[in-house]
Amino acid sequence: MKYAFETIAVGIGAFLALLGVAFAKDDLFEAHMWVLFFVLLVSTVLLLRRIKFSSASVETADDKSGYFDEVVRYGIIATTFWGIVGFLVGVVVALQLAYPDLNIEPWLNFGRTRPLHTSAVVFAFGGNALLATSFYVVQRTCRARLFGGDLAWFVFWGYQLFIVMAATGYLLGITQGREYAEPEWYVDLWLTVVWVAYLIVFMGTLFKRKEPHIYVANWFYLAFIVTIAMLHIVNNLAIPVSFLGVKSYSAFAGVQDALTQWWYGHNAVGFFLTAGFLGMMYYFIPKQAGRPVYSYRLSIIHFWALIFLYIWAGPHHLHYTALPDWAQTLGMVFSIMLWMPSWGGMINGLMTLSGAWDKIRTDPIIRMMVIAVAFYGMSTFEGPMMSIKAVNSLSHYTDWTIGHVHSGALGWVGMISFGAIYYLVPKLWGRNRLYSMRLVNWHFWLATLGIVVYAAVLWVAGIQQGLMWREYNDQGFLVYSFAESVDAMHPYYVLRSIGGLMYLVGALIMGWNVLMTILGHERNEAPIPGSEPAMQPAE
Amino acid sequence: METYTAMRQFADSWGLVFLFVVFVGVVLFMFRPGAKAAAERAAQIPLKED
Repeated sequence: MKYAFETIAVGIGAFLALLGVAFAKDDLFEAHMWVLFFVLLVSTVLLLRRIKFSSASVETADDKSGYFDEVVRYGIIATTFWGIVGFLVGVVVALQLAYPDLNIEPWLNFGRTRPLHTSAVVFAFGGNALLATSFYVVQRTCRARLFGGDLAWFVFWGYQLFIVMAATGYLLGITQGREYAEPEWYVDLWLTVVWVAYLIVFMGTLFKRKEPHIYVANWFYLAFIVTIAMLHIVNNLAIPVSFLGVKSYSAFAGVQDALTQWWYGHNAVGFFLTAGFLGMMYYFIPKQAGRPVYSYRLSIIHFWALIFLYIWAGPHHLHYTALPDWAQTLGMVFSIMLWMPSWGGMINGLMTLSGAWDKIRTDPIIRMMVIAVAFYGMSTFEGPMMSIKAVNSLSHYTDWTIGHVHSGALGWVGMISFGAIYYLVPKLWGRNRLYSMRLVNWHFWLATLGIVVYAAVLWVAGIQQGLMWREYNDQGFLVYSFAESVDAMHPYYVLRSIGGLMYLVGALIMGWNVLMTILGHERNEAPIPGSEPAMQPAE
Repeated sequence: METYTAMRQFADSWGLVFLFVVFVGVVLFMFRPGAKAAAERAAQIPLKED
C-alpha cells in the first residue's frame, strides 16, 4: 500500500494541530494552529485519494531514465507559482509606500506584508528554485538516482508547509522580529527537520555517485545546504515562553544578538542567494551554451575563496553602532576582499560563452543567463563599495540599500532562475521546445528594463535621502525634518512600483509560457533571427 | 583570562593562520602538475549526457 504511512502521519499531524488549538496559550497560536489543522486536513484527504492498494509496483515513465524527476517537476511549478506571488506582493508593498492608504489594518499593513514579500521571494521562489535544480543537477552530474526514495517528497512538501506557516504567521502578526528569520520557534523547528532531510537526500546522492569527481555545481549546492543549516540553527536559538504559545526570547542579548542576526542575514545573501545560485550557473550555462565552463580550476578557487570570505562580511550591516570598532572594520575588509572571488566567478560564467558569443543574439535563454551574471557582477561591485564605512554613512538606512538588494535579487537570482526554468521545462516534460521563444524575449526585456528603472530610481532616492538627513545649516541645525525626507520620496516610490510591475508582468508571461509548454502546445511563430540555419531554396 | 578574550585571541592568531593555510593549500593544489588535465575532464561532466 503506497502512501498509507504518509497518510496516517499527516492525519496524526492534523489531530495534533487540533490539540494545539484546544490548549493554546494565546489567541495567535490558536489561530495559527487552525491554519495548520486545515492545511493538514486537506492534505490528508488528498493523500487518501492517492493510496494505491495494489501491491504490484507500477512502472512509471520516471523509472526508465533512472532519475527521480517528478519532484523536480513539482519544484519547477512551485518556483513559478511562488515567484509570481512574491513579485505581486512586492508590487503591493511598493504601492503601500507610495500610497499609505493601501495599508489595510490589521492583516495587510506594511509591517506584515513586507516580510511576506521578502520571505516569498527569497525562501518560496528562490528556495524552491534551489530545491528543484539541486535535485536535478546532483542526479545528472553524479549519474545516480536521488538517495532516500520518497524522502525527497517529504523535503518538497515539508518545505511548502514551512512557507505556508511562515506566510500566514506574518499576516496574523506572529514574528520574532529578525530580518529574513521572522518565523517563530515552532516553525523554525519544523524547517530544521525538513532541512536535515534535504541534507540527507543530497549527501546520500553524492555518496552513491557513479561519477568519480564531484562536479563544482554540487560543491556550491552543498555549501548552501550545510551553511544555511548552521545559520538557521544558531540565529534562531531562543527560549519559548510556553510550550503552546507563539512568543519566544532570543538566547542572545544586546549587540551580540544584533551581530548574530546580521551574521545570519548577510550569509543568507552569501550562501542562499549566491552560493546556491552559483551552483545553478555552473551547470545551466554550460548546458545551454553547449560548452564546458571557461576555467574549471578558477571555479574551484572561486568556491573556496567565496566561502572563506563571505562568512565574515556580516558586521558591515552594523557600521556606526554599538558593535566594537574592530568588528566593523573586519566586516568592511572582508566585504572588500569579496570583490575578487565574485568577479572571478562572474568572469568564469561570462567567458564560458567565448567562441559562442553569437548565442547572445540568437538565444534568449542564454541572454537571460548572461544578464544574470552581469547583474551578479554589478551588485557584487556595489555591495563592497557600500560596505566602506564612509560610503555607508551616506547609504545606510536609505533606499539605496533596497535598490542594491534588488539589483542582486531581481537581476542575478531571478534571471538565472528564469534561465534554468526555461531550460528545464521542455526537458522535464519531454517537449521538443518551449511554447514560445519570442515570449522569452518579451520576458527578458520587461524584466531587464524593470530592474533598470527600479535600481536607477532608488539610487537617486537613496542618495537624496542620505543627503537630506545630513544637511546642516550654517548655525549647525538640521535643515530637514525626517518627515520632509519621507515626503520627498513619493515620486521615486511611484516609479519603483512601475519598475516592479514590469518585472511582475515578465514573470506572468513566463507563467503562461511554462503552462503552455507543459500542456504540449507550440506557438506558431517566426524563429528568432539567426537561431536556425538559413534555408537553401530547392534547385 | 575571561572566555571572550581567550576565544578572540585564539581566533585572530591560530584560527586565522589555520584558515589561511588551508586556503593557500587549496590554491596550490589546483596548480599541481596534472591538475589542468583533471580539471578539463571534470568540466565535461555536465555535457556527457542529455
